[in-house]
Amino acid sequence: MTITDETIDYVGILAKLELSAEEKEQAKKDMSDMLDYVGKLNELDTDNVEAMSHTFPYNNVFREDVVTNGDDRENLLKNAPEEKDGCYKVPKTFD
Amino acid sequence: MDLMSLTAVTLGKKIKAGEVSVAEAAKACMDSIERYDSEYNCFVTVADREGVMKQAEEIQKKIDNGELTGPLAGVPVAIKDNMCLNGMLTTCSSKILSNFVPTYTSEAVEKLIEAGMVIVGKTNMDEFAMGSTTETSYYGETKNPWDKNKVPGGSSGGSAAAVAAEEVVCALGSDTGGSIRQPASFCGVTGIKPTYGRVSRYGLIAYGSSLDQIGPLAKDVTDCAALLEIISQYDKKDSTSVNRDDNDFTGALVDDVKGLKIGLPRDYFSEGLDPDIKDAVYAAAKKLEEKGAIVEEFDLGMVEYTIPTYYIIAAAEASSNLERFDGVKYGYRTDSYTDLHNMYKKSRSEGFGPEVKRRIMLGSFVLSSGYYDAYYVKALKAKALIKRAYDKAFEKYDIILGPVAPTTALKMGESLSDPIKMYLGDVYTVPVNLAGLPGISLPCGYDRDGMPIGLQMVSDAFNEKTIIRAAYAYEQTREYKRPADVAERGQN
Repeated sequence: MTITDETIDYVGILAKLELSAEEKEQAKKDMSDMLDYVGKLNELDTDNVEAMSHTFPYNNVFREDVVTNGDDRENLLKNAPEEKDGCYKVPKTFD
Repeated sequence: MDLMSLTAVTLGKKIKAGEVSVAEAAKACMDSIERYDSEYNCFVTVADREGVMKQAEEIQKKIDNGELTGPLAGVPVAIKDNMCLNGMLTTCSSKILSNFVPTYTSEAVEKLIEAGMVIVGKTNMDEFAMGSTTETSYYGETKNPWDKNKVPGGSSGGSAAAVAAEEVVCALGSDTGGSIRQPASFCGVTGIKPTYGRVSRYGLIAYGSSLDQIGPLAKDVTDCAALLEIISQYDKKDSTSVNRDDNDFTGALVDDVKGLKIGLPRDYFSEGLDPDIKDAVYAAAKKLEEKGAIVEEFDLGMVEYTIPTYYIIAAAEASSNLERFDGVKYGYRTDSYTDLHNMYKKSRSEGFGPEVKRRIMLGSFVLSSGYYDAYYVKALKAKALIKRAYDKAFEKYDIILGPVAPTTALKMGESLSDPIKMYLGDVYTVPVNLAGLPGISLPCGYDRDGMPIGLQMVSDAFNEKTIIRAAYAYEQTREYKRPADVAERGQN
C-alpha cells in the first residue's frame, strides 16, 4: 500500500506528532512496508469469527463512587513542567 | 564469599539463618552495581546508597522480631524502569519521562517491599518497552554480559543483564511480546511471563494494555517461582486482575515429569531457526522424555500470522496509551512553542524516539476511520484464531515446548535498520501474549560462539505450576553457567 503525503500528514495530526521532512519520508516507507506485511492477515477467512478483545471472560468491576486516595496536589504538581497557583499551566488556548 | 553469585532464595535462607545480614547483602549488591555497571549499563537509576542501607536496617529489625518471615526477606532486587516507585525517577528509558518522579508505587513493587525486599534501582529497557534489544533506550544500550558486542535482548534487557552480570540476584521485568523471555534467553537466565491477569498492572506504565504482564527474572526456576508467588495477588486497582487462590508456586518445584504430555510444534522448527537452537531444544525434549514425559510433535498452526496480529494490536494500544504524554502534567515539555497544539506536537516529537514514533504512527493509522475494520478488527479476529489454535493444542498437551527466539543474541546495531526483520525475532513469544498464556524461558545450551540458548515452555492459562514443575525438572539435568567475564572476577 502506498502512503501519500496527505495520509502521513493526517496520521501526524491524529498522533500529535510533527515530523521533519526526512522523518516523513522514512515514515511513509516504514508504514507502507509494515502495512504490506500485515496485509498477510487477509489470507485468513474470518467471516464467522468474532473479534476477541479479552482471552479471559471479564465482568465489569463496580464499586461505590467514593474517593479513597488523598489530596496529593503538591507532590503531583512537582512533576508539572509549569505550574501556577496550584494548577497546571498551559499555553493560552482561546482569546 | 561473593553474595551476588548466590540465588535469591539461597541468599534469603542465609539471611534468615543469621549467616548474612540484610546490610551485608545490600552492601554487596550496591558494591557490585558500582563496580560493574559502567561495563554493562544495566541501570537507568541506582538507588541512593544511604537510603538502601537504611531500608536494610529496618528490614533486619523486622526479620529479627519475626514480622518478616518470607523466603526473600532482606534480598536486594532491581525493577524495570517502567514500574512506578514513589520518589524514584521512573523514565521508561525515554527522554519524555526524563524528569518524572512518581508519587505512588506500582502494586507489584509494593508487594516486593511488603515481603521485605530491598529495591536497589531501576533497570534499562527499550524505550516504552518497544524493542527487542534495549538499544532504543534514551540512556544508552545495555551490553550482554556474555559478549559486550552483543545486545542483551529486550525490552527487559537491563533486568536480564543485571542478573547475568551478578549486579543483582533477581529483578522484575515486563513482557508484552516476549520482553521477559527473550532477554532471559539472550543473557542465559530464567524468566516467567505469567498468565494475563495474574499480576497487577497498577503502576506499570502501559504499552499494550491487553498484553502487558510483569514477571520475574533470576538465575533459576526456584527464584522465579518465589518472586512470582510474592507479586501474584488480586488487586482491585487493576480491573483485569484475576482473583485466584493458587499462587503457591514454590510448591510446584518438584522434580517429576512422569506422564506429562509435551507437544513440540513442528511449524516452529522450519525455516529461519538457527540450527544450534533447534538441536538444543530437541536435546532438552529428549531429556524430559528420559525423565518420563511423553513428547510428541504436532502442528500448532497460525504461526505466520502471529507477528502481523501482534504489531497491529500492540501499535493500536500504544498509540492510545501514549496519548497521555502531552507536556502538561509531567514529563518533558519543549522549550519554544506557538500555541497549545504546537506545544503538544513539539513536546512529543522531541520527547519520543524513532521506534516509539513508528509504532504510534502505525497505531494511529490502523485505528483511523476507514482502516479500523480492515486492520484493527481483522487483527482481533486473527487473535481469536490464534487462541483457538492453542485451545486445541492444550486439549492434547500439558505443555508446548519450543525455542524462545530464532537466534541467540545479535550484534549491537544489527537490528534497528530493518524494523520488520527485528519484529520477526518475536515469532515464538508474541502468540503467548496474544492468547494471554503463561510462559517460561530458561537456559538449555550454548551456540557455536558460546552464547546462551533459551528454552520456552508454555501452558494453558493459569497453569503456571505445570511449567514451573517441568522447568524445574529439566533444570536438574544441568548446571547454571556464568558468563566468562563474571566467572573470572574472583580470580583477578
